Amino acid sequence: MQQNYHKRITAKHRLLDLKLKEVWKYRELIGLFTKRNVTVGYRQTILGPLWLFINPLLTSIVHLVVFGRIAKLGTEGVPQLLFYLSGNALWAFFSSSGLGNAGTFLSNEHLFGKVYFPRLTIPISVVLSSAIKYAIQMILVFGLLIYYVIAGSVSPNYPAWPLIPVILIWLGLMAMGVGIIISSLTIKYRDLSVLVSFGMQLWLYASPVVYPLSTLSGTLKSVMLFNPVTAPIELYRYALLGVGTVTPLSVAVSVCFTALVLLLGVILFNKVERNFLDTV
Amino acid sequence: MEERKIEIKLSGVRKKYKLGSINRRTLQADIQSRWARLRGKEDPNLKIGVDDRHFGETIYALDGIDLTIYKGERVGIIGANGAGKSTLLKLLSQVTAPTEGEIDLFGRVSSMLEVGTGFHREMTGRENIYMNGAILGMSRAEIDAKMDDIIEFSEIGEFIDTPVKRYSSGMYVKLAFAVAAHLNSEILIMDEVLAVGDMAFQKKCLDKMREAAEDEGKTILYVSHNMNTIRRLCRRVIVLNKGKIVFDGDTEEGISAYINFGNSENETHIDLSDKIHSGKRQKTGFRAETLELCDKVSAIYTPEESLKLRIGLDLEKPFSGVRFRLTLRTGDDIGIGTAWTEAMDFESAGKHVFEAELPLEMIAAGSFFVSIGFYRQDEIGRNIPLDHVTRAFKIEVIGSPSWDKNSQGYVRLCFKNSDI
Repeated sequence: MQQNYHKRITAKHRLLDLKLKEVWKYRELIGLFTKRNVTVGYRQTILGPLWLFINPLLTSIVHLVVFGRIAKLGTEGVPQLLFYLSGNALWAFFSSSGLGNAGTFLSNEHLFGKVYFPRLTIPISVVLSSAIKYAIQMILVFGLLIYYVIAGSVSPNYPAWPLIPVILIWLGLMAMGVGIIISSLTIKYRDLSVLVSFGMQLWLYASPVVYPLSTLSGTLKSVMLFNPVTAPIELYRYALLGVGTVTPLSVAVSVCFTALVLLLGVILFNKVERNFLDTV
Repeated sequence: MEERKIEIKLSGVRKKYKLGSINRRTLQADIQSRWARLRGKEDPNLKIGVDDRHFGETIYALDGIDLTIYKGERVGIIGANGAGKSTLLKLLSQVTAPTEGEIDLFGRVSSMLEVGTGFHREMTGRENIYMNGAILGMSRAEIDAKMDDIIEFSEIGEFIDTPVKRYSSGMYVKLAFAVAAHLNSEILIMDEVLAVGDMAFQKKCLDKMREAAEDEGKTILYVSHNMNTIRRLCRRVIVLNKGKIVFDGDTEEGISAYINFGNSENETHIDLSDKIHSGKRQKTGFRAETLELCDKVSAIYTPEESLKLRIGLDLEKPFSGVRFRLTLRTGDDIGIGTAWTEAMDFESAGKHVFEAELPLEMIAAGSFFVSIGFYRQDEIGRNIPLDHVTRAFKIEVIGSPSWDKNSQGYVRLCFKNSDI
């Protein structure tokens, strides 16, 4: 038994008290939540985890038909299926991290209302489980990549591959920041929860996921450089497929945006978390 | 006596709630109002002709709580609905923060404010044990060490690897309790969860909790309306009333203090004109208007007391041969018993006061609805109702210590030549 355990709860709340130490102490819980998020969704389904492959594959085929064949958007010489599949895997990671976090308070109201644990464990585990799903989808992508590398139609930038995990962390933090800001606001304004999935759809088409940045020109391209997900996606494609347009400006915009939403998100989240039960 | 270690300390804790709906506005309306105010115009969202005076008013669910609980104590918290019991437990479980004051916890808190907190329906019993333990901040090794004890105590047996959504509600609560009772938290908070399990399991739980407090030095906070479980488990009782501690001390004294601090539910002055009368009232001209429970501040009785009634009558004409009838029913509408008075005469019209006294010595324990009525016998001896009020009021009879879990029913039966 711990003799020196002491916890003080006061009415005052320091804005920058992020409780990260406590989150670290609960790392096993993060692991369990992550495991739950990944496994529970596929229980009592016939195909089980196979859905992790089927979903992105179907989406990519739809994109291939709509954007590749009908709209005839270019893919910078990369085989279309590989281009869409790799892009979709990364976007799925970003959007499921963001959407999952946007519902943190509303979907866990019951649990949060009954027992205390550091609330940040939930958003973190949402991002981690999205990352695991991403890694599983990448098996498919790598299979396709190996096939096309042998066929000689893509030339990956192998020295840049260590950047891929960095990009994942980068996008994950950004999605978490955006997600928890929205989740903190949905407590008071339920309207946002309706808006958020639609917003994510819009964001997809405003980002170079189904088309490369290089197909754009003029003002549209300059505007696109200010989309914070542009830089990580193009950088990712640059490493994985050897094509992509990365400018220092877009990287700077994205990094600053990520840092800002993350800090703001965690502060807001910790503030709201204390009394959300009285409002929700 | 060795020096006692403080486990929980509250100083000047208050918790404020806003009255009225908090979420009645949308983001659009909020922005609109703020924009209008910024330009010095009238808020377009203010309702016209609506009494807004109470909106935004605040109440203190807890109003200045100072409390020290020592290690190994078993404390019962009682009080009427709305007295602040649940708010207190919520603050201690850290699911919401106090508005003012400080709370010091010198141990990890495991709270069971509801059955199976944090259980995920799709996960098996075993997985849920790990999950619940982790939520309480325990490591896998700590949980593994307790796993066999938990499974054995819960009586779940072979079902431990079945998703909990297939469990019966009884199994659910058993598992939940087993987890909470075995985990290594130093403070255990329980909010009437034991109401769900069967009698034998309830007894096992109470014994387990007492054992945990005595042998392992766990501190237990238990909220209940059931005075018998409070008696069985707790050695100290805190009575809350309107957000304040009105009593803190010995269990039996606390229970009688609770009886004396009435609550709005169990009112003692009742306006019968609000109640549902049987249809004859207008025709007969016999009206029971008010009812008072004499010498009481709340409708909570011990079996030693008597139910003393004073009923205000308004009669249109004189009546003779009137008999008063009183019926006790349980919440499930099971009749417990009926009492009749002798026939009496009211010789003039106008206001009268009728008094009756019913000893409660035969009543063991429970909450009862009381129906009252005045009857007159007709020529062939049938009872014709003059005025009758179904469920006029509710009383609570709290059991005596001897009426424990081995005693069944609501009525105390007595053997011949028995002293008890």
